[in-house]
Amino acid sequence: MAHAKNHDYHILSPSIWPLFGAVGGFVMLFGAVLWMHDVTPFMFLIGLAMVLYTMYAWWSEVVAESRVGDHTPVVRIGLRYGFMLFIMSEVMFFFAWFWSFFKHAIYPMNEYFGTEYVKPEIFPVDPFHLPLINTVVLLLSGCAVTWAHHALVHDNDRKALVQGLAISIVLGVAFTGLQAYEYAHLLHSGWEFGGDEFYSNFFMATGFHGAHVIIGTIFLTVCLIRAMKGDFTPEKHVGFEAAAWYWHFVDVVWLFLFFAVYIWGTAGL
Amino acid sequence: MADAAIHGHEHEDQRGFFTRWFMSTNHKDIGLLYLIFSALAGLISVTFTVFMRLELMEPGVQYMCLEGFRLFGAGAGECTPNGHLWNVLITYHGVLMMFFVVIPALFGGFGNYFMPLQIGAPDMAFPRMNNLSFWLYVAGTSLGVASMLTPGGNDQLGSGVGWVLYPPLSVNEGGMSMDLAIFAVHVSGASSILGAINMITTFLNMRAPGMTLFKVPLFAWSIFVTSWLILLSLPVLAGAITMLLMDRNFGFTFFDPAGGGDPILYQHILWFFGHPEVYIVILPGFGLVSHVIATFSRKPIFGYLPMVWALIAIGVLGFVVWAHHMYTVGMSLNQQAYFMLATMVIAVPTGVKIFSWIATMWGGSVEFKAPMLFAFGFLILFTIGGVTGIVLSQAGVDRAYHDTYYVVAHFHYTMSMGAAFTIFAGMYFYFGKMTGRQYSEPLAKLHFWMFFIGVNLTFFPQHFLGRQGMPRRYIDYPEAFAYWNKISSYGALLSFASFLLFFGIVIYALLKGRRVTENNYWNEYADTLEWTLPSPPPEHTFEQLPKREDWDKGHAH
Repeated sequence: MAHAKNHDYHILSPSIWPLFGAVGGFVMLFGAVLWMHDVTPFMFLIGLAMVLYTMYAWWSEVVAESRVGDHTPVVRIGLRYGFMLFIMSEVMFFFAWFWSFFKHAIYPMNEYFGTEYVKPEIFPVDPFHLPLINTVVLLLSGCAVTWAHHALVHDNDRKALVQGLAISIVLGVAFTGLQAYEYAHLLHSGWEFGGDEFYSNFFMATGFHGAHVIIGTIFLTVCLIRAMKGDFTPEKHVGFEAAAWYWHFVDVVWLFLFFAVYIWGTAGL
Repeated sequence: MADAAIHGHEHEDQRGFFTRWFMSTNHKDIGLLYLIFSALAGLISVTFTVFMRLELMEPGVQYMCLEGFRLFGAGAGECTPNGHLWNVLITYHGVLMMFFVVIPALFGGFGNYFMPLQIGAPDMAFPRMNNLSFWLYVAGTSLGVASMLTPGGNDQLGSGVGWVLYPPLSVNEGGMSMDLAIFAVHVSGASSILGAINMITTFLNMRAPGMTLFKVPLFAWSIFVTSWLILLSLPVLAGAITMLLMDRNFGFTFFDPAGGGDPILYQHILWFFGHPEVYIVILPGFGLVSHVIATFSRKPIFGYLPMVWALIAIGVLGFVVWAHHMYTVGMSLNQQAYFMLATMVIAVPTGVKIFSWIATMWGGSVEFKAPMLFAFGFLILFTIGGVTGIVLSQAGVDRAYHDTYYVVAHFHYTMSMGAAFTIFAGMYFYFGKMTGRQYSEPLAKLHFWMFFIGVNLTFFPQHFLGRQGMPRRYIDYPEAFAYWNKISSYGALLSFASFLLFFGIVIYALLKGRRVTENNYWNEYADTLEWTLPSPPPEHTFEQLPKREDWDKGHAH
């Protein structure tokens, strides 16, 4: 920076990560097409590695910039806006999956005039069994994050911060494990990955939610590591706040999934 | 463009070429990159249209043969019509124009360059992510072009399914091509969403001290509203094309009635994105034109506040009218009645804008420099496109016009002429500011007249063809349609010549153009903050945040 800046905004020096990450994205997606057409999985894996490395390196830089004080109050407001907007775009992504689910639930194809489609026999899943337990697990995990947040903001209680985060991560992992168990159980009982609109909607909606749970768990884990290293103060903890918002967003999506896909969707099976 | 821009401030710019253009965190450089790259994508897409119009010049198939395509047609042996090639060209023309030309030029290019300047921000809120948006756009374009050149349907290259990618056609199209196209749209969507997050945050968080929301210049407002449309509509499209991808490759049945799926569902989700998309395309142009008209009428814009609210209203209404693209799929009459009324309501805020622009010129001292010519052309052509839009919005009338050339004429009047004219208006308006060189006014005027006559010659006859019942998306047509098709093709050739002239004007101006020395080379009615800066602006602008008297002109609003 040749001149002195007289404002609190964050002016960044040039960075290779956007270019590297975009090239990685291109390689990954071109590779995904090759993989789907049974050519080779390797191009996809190379691209994935590039994308993951970009994420690691880029966000490490962001954390380092935060430590040297680049994130002034006004920059922190901007980061919060940015993350909230990102969550809004995620909500709209799920909007598409719910749209598909509700369409098929309200206007099933087998009731169309002149249709030849007959609903297949589907092994019923009891929503008040494992799915309910999963709901409780995920909501408790959200409680633990909020507990950690309050511990940080009100008392600067680092021990409770770390404990709360650790509990929420354990519960998050438990959710993923239980969900994987349920998938295996359902597939074992005759469900198919694809093949009917019910399976399509079920697996894509809950599957994308599951992917978000895994991403959120990683996000919380990064926050846990940073908390143990001494990052985050009661005034300045944008990364943690973002992880908590993301986690609550994942919670809420699950509640909608639970009521729609599990209770409503499986009622007629 | 690169060289000229460097000259302007060589004394302070020590960045190397690679660092400056490949690792940029500078909104002005990224804006220039967007403009250059979208111009190249535009050239590819326009070339397709010329080839298509060449084929449609005469009845019968002369150029697109299974034996290989020809440029200097008839006579050279047998010609079996190659419908796939035709379908591929219309598909990629649409995909490129919608995702890779107009949004990047207006939103990415002008939005990046001038929105932060107009609000007095030193850069974007997330300068590094801004560059990620640009490179993802390049990655998306590369995937799109790759899709065109890889094996697709009918054992030929590319996918011929139309830019809307409707199933079952898009699900059954063979080869890798369609999957690459789907990923191309995914990546360009991610690029636009990141851009939108950046723009909204910049707008909300980085306005100059004292610049409250209703003191922000109209172009910045238009970018803000556009960002919201992108943020809320593109993820929905991402969901829809992910469903396509699953149906194609993993045996899912979202859109396959044999498995309980519904192809009409895809149309709903696509157009829930697709209708906001057409406002994403045009709203930044509305913003640009407001400044151009005010400047060359030497009057402040008429009705600033209604103009802002009209932008917002168009944005909101854009989300609740999508099914007017699908009147013929078998919706109930109540649904059709609703979508018809809601669509017509949009004419109200659009009318507010059109009449405010006219009122701005009313009693002003209007000067027809090239940017104003293009803005004026926009006003006329967009109004024609808007009026045919009202015609098409009526479900009953649409029964006759659906998928005819009338529709083609309508949306090209709004986009090819509405949006493209605003892009050129913006280019000439800001050329000196961005490059430090001025374009040649006589050549630019020639460009305008060639383009104006060319596009009207191309698209006005298509209204007649549509009324005669000529369906869109066909490689051939009966004799009865020959007359107007020929005229339409002449128009396309003239427009193409004007487009090449535009590149000539830009290159000539960069090499030989008069140097711009003043900050504000128009007049005092170009009163937004970018006109307080040198041309071209230095690497870092507003290191000292602007003071209120720099931008709060008494006569402005």
